[in-house]
Amino acid sequence: MDDILLKIENLKAGIEGSQILNGLDLTIGAGETHVLMGPNGAGKSTLGNVIMGNPVYHQTDGKILFGGNDLTGLPADRRARAGLFMSFQNPTEVPGITLESFIRNAIRQRTGKNVKRLSFSRRLHEMMELLDMDESYGERDLNVGFSGGEKKKAEILQLLMLEPKLAILDETDSGLDVDAVRTVSKGIGQFQRSCDGALLIITHNAEILRDLKADCTHILVKGRIVKSGGPELVDEIQEKGFEGYLEEGA
Amino acid sequence: MTDTGIGTILDELTTNIYDFRDEGTERSRVDEGLTEDIVRRISEEKKDPDWMREFRLKALNLYDRIPVPDWGPSIEGLDMDNIVTYVRPKSDMRARWEDVPQEIRQTFEKLGIPKAEHEYLAGVGAQYDSELVYHNVKDYVAEQGVVYTDMESALTGEYADMVRSHFMKLVPPSDHKFAALHGAVWSGGSFVYVPKGVRVDIPLQSYFRLNAKGAGQFEHTLIIVDEGADLHFIEGCSAPKWNVANLHAGCVELYVGRNARLRYSTIENWSKNMYNLNTKRALVEEGARMEWVSGSFGSHVSYLYPTTILKGAHADCEYTGITFAGKGQNLDTGCRMVHLGEHTSSLVTTKSLSKDGGINTFRSAVEVMRTARHAKSSVDCSSLMLDSVSRSDTIPVMDIRTQECDIGHEAKIGRISDETVFYLMSRGISEEEARAMIVAGFADPVSKELPLEYAAEMNNLIRLEMEGSIG
Repeated sequence: MDDILLKIENLKAGIEGSQILNGLDLTIGAGETHVLMGPNGAGKSTLGNVIMGNPVYHQTDGKILFGGNDLTGLPADRRARAGLFMSFQNPTEVPGITLESFIRNAIRQRTGKNVKRLSFSRRLHEMMELLDMDESYGERDLNVGFSGGEKKKAEILQLLMLEPKLAILDETDSGLDVDAVRTVSKGIGQFQRSCDGALLIITHNAEILRDLKADCTHILVKGRIVKSGGPELVDEIQEKGFEGYLEEGA
Repeated sequence: MTDTGIGTILDELTTNIYDFRDEGTERSRVDEGLTEDIVRRISEEKKDPDWMREFRLKALNLYDRIPVPDWGPSIEGLDMDNIVTYVRPKSDMRARWEDVPQEIRQTFEKLGIPKAEHEYLAGVGAQYDSELVYHNVKDYVAEQGVVYTDMESALTGEYADMVRSHFMKLVPPSDHKFAALHGAVWSGGSFVYVPKGVRVDIPLQSYFRLNAKGAGQFEHTLIIVDEGADLHFIEGCSAPKWNVANLHAGCVELYVGRNARLRYSTIENWSKNMYNLNTKRALVEEGARMEWVSGSFGSHVSYLYPTTILKGAHADCEYTGITFAGKGQNLDTGCRMVHLGEHTSSLVTTKSLSKDGGINTFRSAVEVMRTARHAKSSVDCSSLMLDSVSRSDTIPVMDIRTQECDIGHEAKIGRISDETVFYLMSRGISEEEARAMIVAGFADPVSKELPLEYAAEMNNLIRLEMEGSIG
């Protein structure tokens, strides 16, 4: 692995006095897809939020290097501009800003350049079609009144439009029916191919991984990665659960 | 991420646009305070008809007897003994901007009035302190029989009888203390009459500028929209900031005839030493529609509750408002809907923003009389507090006297959620921009209703308020 994108060393982090990540190490190379699995409460979402810079979480020790630069102390917008992205489990509703103008605004702020209206809309509509979203969603207020599935698709739409180097997908498949999972998975596949984007997929479910090529699988227990392996690890977990790993996190 | 300090420099920024003073623009003024002599002198100065002089004196008598309201924000800082109720600018009313004295003309130019008139208004009235200095209406509008003039000319002109039979009939001086004050010392304002069936295709606008230190402005706006006619009227107001109290106690009376429509838009940007004790009321006849759009940004203390009387069957009113309360501001606003006719309906949507210790109180009163069967009313107010030192209250009152009606009320008070800020930031949007986007999005349903130029101005104000506010 000569082209390291994300390198996490001995990461300790938590929320108001309670430590959740207990010295975590993780390395992701450019364009690689990593799957992160683990029982409830293991710290999966915390890891995503700490990498992204959610101020609710505090990093108390360790390093997060992204493209060789230490992210510690950087606000989320700077991390995003460096090429990070996170798809939220339950994105908040933002009244008065349409999905389309939000994405356009975000691109403008990330690149510091004005967005060419025509090519932007063409690309937006292409991606919406891929995700089986009606074009009218672009004119709707961001996430307002969106169903669970629509919110997840809107997240993947943002991923495809913003073209980050590494996307953290925090249970993007949760609460979706089989068809919606396939659509979302199609969008993620597009991101892998067209942007050569790296992924950290946090999931409970093998369904989303069916059509995606994964390079590594990690099992997180009690704030530490207790096992890393190839894609076959997913099948093992599907079959046997986390039982065999619970002791190792202690 | 910090919540404190949002918009600390904002008060300065928001007022600065309007905060410039002129020197040497007065011709004469009355003494400070309020006495019978002063009222007589104003009446003389204005060459009132006899009935108006008597009207003023009766109103003064009421003023002396009615107590100061004790249910709203404190107005202790307002001492009528220190207020100059009448300041005549050194110019008579003109119909060409070139004829308005330079200092005064420049003020209105800075406020963008002549440009707006040129680009999208059917007529403009510009008041400076106590009198109009400019009034003009486009020829093609006048040719349709539309009357748009200053109140003083209207008192003695062709429509004198109409003015007399409507003046302070909707808002009688006995209504409350500051209505009585208005009746005694009113000066300036506009009279509009739109004849039957005439639809004025672009708006008329009156602008009120109070320049004089320690003075009051008491303009009277009387608008009569006859059967089937249609009008959009815009009023704007501002003042430079002084270190003493200034007072605005205007009065707006609106008569909307059968099947007519009136849209009344206000952008109020008084300086933060202003006591804004303003009264507005509309009477809406059968099948007619009244639309209020109100943006209140300025003043130290405001009492403002436009009232709509839905008199005729199927009369309808929509009220859309936004208030911004910053440091040192206590804005008590709202609206009142009185349903008299059957099938009348009212729809109220308001937004309030408070920051830096600003206080917003929203009062709504919905009164549905026994006669108003099948009436419908819906009130929706939401407030956003930009920090933890600001306040927002909602006080709804409903007086419903018939079973056969459909009444709804919804109130929401909240803060900018850190979760939403993080969400937007995770897309590469700066914290400052994220907050500005959330606030602009919150205000969007109201800014959409404002005339385009004002919507842009409001968005700029919001942006200015959020700029440099993140520590």
